[in-house]
Amino acid sequence: MSVTYHLDHLQYLESEAIHVLREVAAEFERPCILFSGGKDSICLLRLAEKAFRPSPIPMPLLNIDTGHHFPELNEFRDRRARELGARLIVRTVEDAIARGIAVPTPGEISRNRLQIPTLLAAIEEFRFDACVGGARRDEEKARAKERFFSFRDSFGQWDPRNQRPEVWNLYNTRVNPGEHMRVFPLSNWTELDVWEYIRREKLEVPSIYFSHQRLCVRRQGQWMPVTDLLPPRPGEEVRELRVRVRTIGDIISTGMIESPADSVDDIIAEIAAARVTERGSRADDKSSEAAMEDRKKLGYF
Amino acid sequence: MITPPSIEILRFNTCGSVDDGKSTLIGRLLYDSKNLMEDQLDALERSADLTGGGQINLANVTDGLRAEREQGITIDVAYRYFATPRRRFIVADTPGHVQYTRNMVTGASTANLSIVLVDARQGVTEQTRRHSCIAALLGIPHIVFAVNKMDLVDWSEERFLQIRADIEAFLPKLDAFRDVKFIPISALHGDNVVDPSPHMPWYEGPTLLRHLETVHIASDWNLAALRFPVQWVNRPHRPTDPRLHDFRGFSGQLAGGIVRVGQPVLVLPSGWKTHVREIWTPAGIEPEAFCPQSITLVLEHDLDISRGDMIVGVDALPGMSQDVVARLCWMHPRPLTAGRKFLLKHTTQTVQAVVTGLEHRLDIASFEPQPCPAELQLNDIGEVRIHTARPLIYDGYASNRLTGSFILIEPGTNATVAAGMLRPPTEPARLEYTDFVI
Repeated sequence: MSVTYHLDHLQYLESEAIHVLREVAAEFERPCILFSGGKDSICLLRLAEKAFRPSPIPMPLLNIDTGHHFPELNEFRDRRARELGARLIVRTVEDAIARGIAVPTPGEISRNRLQIPTLLAAIEEFRFDACVGGARRDEEKARAKERFFSFRDSFGQWDPRNQRPEVWNLYNTRVNPGEHMRVFPLSNWTELDVWEYIRREKLEVPSIYFSHQRLCVRRQGQWMPVTDLLPPRPGEEVRELRVRVRTIGDIISTGMIESPADSVDDIIAEIAAARVTERGSRADDKSSEAAMEDRKKLGYF
Repeated sequence: MITPPSIEILRFNTCGSVDDGKSTLIGRLLYDSKNLMEDQLDALERSADLTGGGQINLANVTDGLRAEREQGITIDVAYRYFATPRRRFIVADTPGHVQYTRNMVTGASTANLSIVLVDARQGVTEQTRRHSCIAALLGIPHIVFAVNKMDLVDWSEERFLQIRADIEAFLPKLDAFRDVKFIPISALHGDNVVDPSPHMPWYEGPTLLRHLETVHIASDWNLAALRFPVQWVNRPHRPTDPRLHDFRGFSGQLAGGIVRVGQPVLVLPSGWKTHVREIWTPAGIEPEAFCPQSITLVLEHDLDISRGDMIVGVDALPGMSQDVVARLCWMHPRPLTAGRKFLLKHTTQTVQAVVTGLEHRLDIASFEPQPCPAELQLNDIGEVRIHTARPLIYDGYASNRLTGSFILIEPGTNATVAAGMLRPPTEPARLEYTDFVI
C-alpha cells in the first residue's frame, strides 16, 4: 500500500476501468463483454474479474468469429472462458452469410466488414443493451473521439457529430428499446499500458504474440502469414521468418513483424522503442485515411 | 525483474480560438517528444503533398475526423496520449470556436491542467477570457497561458510582458487557480514547446513540456473527507466457496478521502452508523484505500444499503438536501427555462429533478452575472435552483469535484443537456435519528 496516497498510471487506469465496468453492471439489463482472446480483451477480462470479485463476472462473453481467426486465438478464447466459468457466446460470419444476414461483395476476401451485420444480429438476438469492448482511443484517429459510453441507434450507427458530452466520471447510460451502448473501459489505455498491465498481472496471452517461426510472403510492404486462405501467388517468394503479431485482426489481414521478442519484458522493450504504430500492420485500416471512421459509423466495434 | 519507476498520469486540455494553433501545438509536442511514429509521419507527409504544398502540417496529427478536415476546425473533443520518461499524458484537444463551450467543459472536467493559447499578435481576446472563465468554473487547479506565434512578433519580450499583464489584470476576478504559468512559444517552429528557444534568451522559465512533466499534481484529489458513493452491491449468487454465502460488499470508486479498516462510518441518507470490516482493492484485501481507487467495502453490520447511498466518515459530513443551487453549463439546442423537469445523475444516484428558478446567466467574457434570465441557451453558463425527488448527498464543487458535480438528462431523448456544479451546502447533513446507532 502506498504511503503517499497516490496512484501510478496503471493503478489509475485500472480504477477508472473498474468504475466503468461496474457502471455497466449496475445500469444495464443485458450487457455483454466482447472477448476475442486478443491482448486488449484479455486485460478487459481481468479488470472485470477484479471489478466484481468475489462474485463471478455478471455478464456473458460474446465473440464474432470471422472464420479467419488464428486457431491459436480461438483455442485461447475458449480455454480462458472455461477457466473463468463464464458463458461464452460465439456467432460466426459463416453462419450469418448462410442466413443472408451478411452478404459478401463478389471478390471480397476480408471478412472484416461482414463482422458488422453479424454483430448487430447477435445484439438483436440476445437483446443486448450494452457491449463492452477493449478498444482504445490511442489506436486510431477516429477512436480518439469515442466516448467511454458510445451511443448506437437502432441501426447500430455511431454519429460522431452528435455524441453525448461526457463529463467527470458521470456516464449517461440511458438507451431506449432497440438502441444500445458500446462501452470502452480501456479508452485511456495505450498499447504500452496494456503490455505493462499484462506484466503486472502476470496474464497469459496467446502464443502468436511471441516470436515464432512462420512462413510468410511480402505484400504491400508487410509480412503476411501463409495459410490455406492466403496461399503464395505464383512467383512470390516464401520466407521462413522469426515473427510475431503486434495486433490481431483476422489471419488474412494481419501483418507479422520480424521480432525476436519471446517474453512480455521483450515486447515492452520493443514497443517502447517502436517507430511504427500498432495499426501500421493492419491492412484493413490502410486502405483509406478514413477507413476506420467509415466502418465505425456503420456499427463496427 | 526490475521494478519500473512509478509514473503518474497528468490530464490536460488545450483551448484557444480557431486559429491560435492548438492542433499545431499538440502535433509539435508529439513530434518533438518523439511520440509520433513512422507510419503517422508517412500519413502526414502524404497529406502534406496533397494539400499542404509539401509542408508537413502538424495540425493534421489531431484533426481526426473527415468532417473537420473539410471545415478546418476541430468539432469535438479528441483525446491524445503521449509519454515521456517522467509522466504519461492524456490530452483533451478541445475546440475553440465560440459555440463549442460544451466541448471545452467536457474536455476540461477531468483535467488537472489547462493550456490556454493566446495569439501573440492578437493578445487577450474575448475567447481568452471565456476559456479562463470556464477553466476557473471547472476548478482546474493549474493553468498555463501559452503565448503562441512569438515568431510573428519578432520574439518580443515587451509584447509577451504586455499580454501577461493583461491576463494578470483579470485573473483576480476569477479567484480560482492555485498555480498560473506564462510561457512564450512558437508551436510552428517548436520554440519553448519541448526544446528551449534560441530566439528568446530573455525567457528563463521552463519549456511547456518541462512544466507539464514537473507540475505538482499529487494533491489534486480531495483526501480530506471520506466519500464513498455505493455503485454496485456485491452479493455472490450460489458461491462455490461456503465462506462467501453471507458475503455482502459495497463496490464503488472513492470520491474523497481515505478509508481504513475499523473506522466508524455513516451511511446516508439512512444515518446508520457502523464500522469498516474489510477493504477489497484491485490489488487484494488491504488495511486502507484512498480516492480515486475503485474498491469494495465490507461493513460490520448487515445493513440494507443500495446503489445511490453514500458511505461517509463520521466527521466533516456532506450536505443532504432536496433543494440545491448550482452552476450549469447548458449543452443542448433546446433552451432551459424554469419549470422544466429532468433526470439528474449525481455520483451513482439518478433522481427526478425540476429546475425551479434561473438565478443568473454569467457573461463569461466580462465575468458579470446577469440576474433573472428568461432562459439559458446552448453554451450558456448560469446559476439555477433545483428541487429533487430524493435528497442529494453532496459537497460544494470547489471542495470536491466528484461529489459536487452532476449531469442533467432530458427524459425521452436521453440527451445529456447540462453539466452542473453544486454550490456548497448551507449546512451539513442533519440526521433524523442522530441517536440511531446499531
